[in-house]
Amino acid sequence: MSPHAHRLRCSLAAIALAWAGLGSAGPVTEPLPLEEIAPGVHIHAGHHATWPGARGDRVEGDVANLGFVVGERCVAVIDTGGSPQLGERLLAAIRRSTPQPVCYVINTHVHPDHTLGNAAFAALEPRPRFVGHARLRASLAARAPFYREALERELGTITREADIVYPDIEVERTAELDLGGRRLLLQAWPTAHTDNDLSVIDAASATLFAGDLLFIGHLPVIDGRLVGWLEVMDRLSDLDVVRVVPGHGAPTADWRAALDRQRHYLAGVRDGIRSALAGKRTIADTVESLAETGTEGWLLTEDFHRRNLTAAYAELEWED
Amino acid sequence: MNTFRSLLLATALAAGLAGPALAQQKSDPDNPEANATWQQMRSAMFQERTITSPADAVLTLETPERAQDAAIVPISIRTHVEQRPDRYIERVYLMIDNNPSPMGATFHFTPKSGRADIETRVRVDAYTHVRAIAEMNTGELFMATRFVKASGGCSAPPGKDMTAAMASLGKMRFRVEGEVEPGKPALAQLMISHPNNSGLVMDQLTRMYTPAYFVRRIQVSYAGEPVLSADVDFSISENPNFRFYFVPSGDGELKAEVIDTNDLRFETVVKVDAAGT
Repeated sequence: MSPHAHRLRCSLAAIALAWAGLGSAGPVTEPLPLEEIAPGVHIHAGHHATWPGARGDRVEGDVANLGFVVGERCVAVIDTGGSPQLGERLLAAIRRSTPQPVCYVINTHVHPDHTLGNAAFAALEPRPRFVGHARLRASLAARAPFYREALERELGTITREADIVYPDIEVERTAELDLGGRRLLLQAWPTAHTDNDLSVIDAASATLFAGDLLFIGHLPVIDGRLVGWLEVMDRLSDLDVVRVVPGHGAPTADWRAALDRQRHYLAGVRDGIRSALAGKRTIADTVESLAETGTEGWLLTEDFHRRNLTAAYAELEWED
Repeated sequence: MNTFRSLLLATALAAGLAGPALAQQKSDPDNPEANATWQQMRSAMFQERTITSPADAVLTLETPERAQDAAIVPISIRTHVEQRPDRYIERVYLMIDNNPSPMGATFHFTPKSGRADIETRVRVDAYTHVRAIAEMNTGELFMATRFVKASGGCSAPPGKDMTAAMASLGKMRFRVEGEVEPGKPALAQLMISHPNNSGLVMDQLTRMYTPAYFVRRIQVSYAGEPVLSADVDFSISENPNFRFYFVPSGDGELKAEVIDTNDLRFETVVKVDAAGT
């Protein structure tokens, strides 16, 4: 770390301490801003940025949409944020909205911007049950060391192994959770955005939490199987819901149009790669030749488009 | 795995370089020599021998500036000397300083290789130098280095779908590219479906580390004569992919044999017809 960066961090810490001192006893955790998009359905919108971001840039891991649904008996959290601190801030926001206890914490997939806030909820009494796709555990175990390393390298945030919280309820196909007069319908998908995508429908409000099966604004990111994702999107468009909360971007009632935009991008990547493979181009040449195409209207293309081309090539070169 | 590479891996693991502790490994983008792992490997492998670097007249190394997908970073080693019986590149070492197993691959060539070029894909998580070191049959050493930045997003070195990778284990694709002319180096591509995993993952139920499971050895021959052999490990990406040269003479088979750490053997053959052209 440069001396300058160190000073900056120290002064931020000093401000934080001073601010904490203004409140009543104990440190103050600033609640994450929320929006209630339907009765009992609350969303925190993440920034359009890459996880984890850099120190002091206000993003600090806060890039994914987080949500919670309030039933008559208890609350289910859907994704917890990109660091244990964000999980604390989400918890503080929940505390301000409802006296109901948190009984379930659902992770829509393994990515760190959706799972690293779990630690804040694991400490609750009684401890909520953690819910994920049947393949979440293995994927998280393999990736967590790299996520923890990135948090430390980029934000200076030190985590413990115990901060990585694994699912208690592992969904193979579908599951139903009861929050007291309110049901959540969970569906585990074949490999798409990742190999452990889990969607959640709040039946009362007909709201689908798509996780990163749907991106809006933020360029879609391929970390599973491109062809599988396109198939899953066809099945998603058959769902009978009135609004969708994407993993990134604003919740929308016009969600089929958003799916179409995502399909357009992903199918473009697929077709571009297939024709490069037919022309016997190498992976490096292919990535370069397609780097500037197909990304109109999307954000973060510099960060993710080449990566998508790389992953798609490695997948599609095995097609018959 | 050969003893030498085992020693290097053991050294790296003992030094706590594996897994999350990687973050502690420092690299200076402008000074490839300033890295503790490299210095250890250099003295273990090459002692005080001179290593000429850069050595653009002998070999160059192409990598992306940033590891876009940490699990799949394309690497291209290009050589610029003829493989003549009296002077040829005998070995090319591919090293990734800050990987848990820094020695990603050792490729062995012969004059029948035609060219000692290699393209493959590696896993890169941390900011690191990547090195290609050519060792001539005369003992001369030449090195090309590139600095690669870690991935910016949430990508990580493990594979994307372990279940799918295991289901297609051992499937191979082998082909020769372009027109084949006798006596002229021809390009071949070998693809191996294999999870190639590191074993640096703790099973959360048993608290045991899963055993590493990766392709460790590749042997390619043309018309019964070796053209390429390689000792490789889990720094190579899932579904290992290699592009390399050989010199066809007439009719002959190009044969690849692959051995993994469970001693499973996979074989594939492609017929090469260079006589008719």
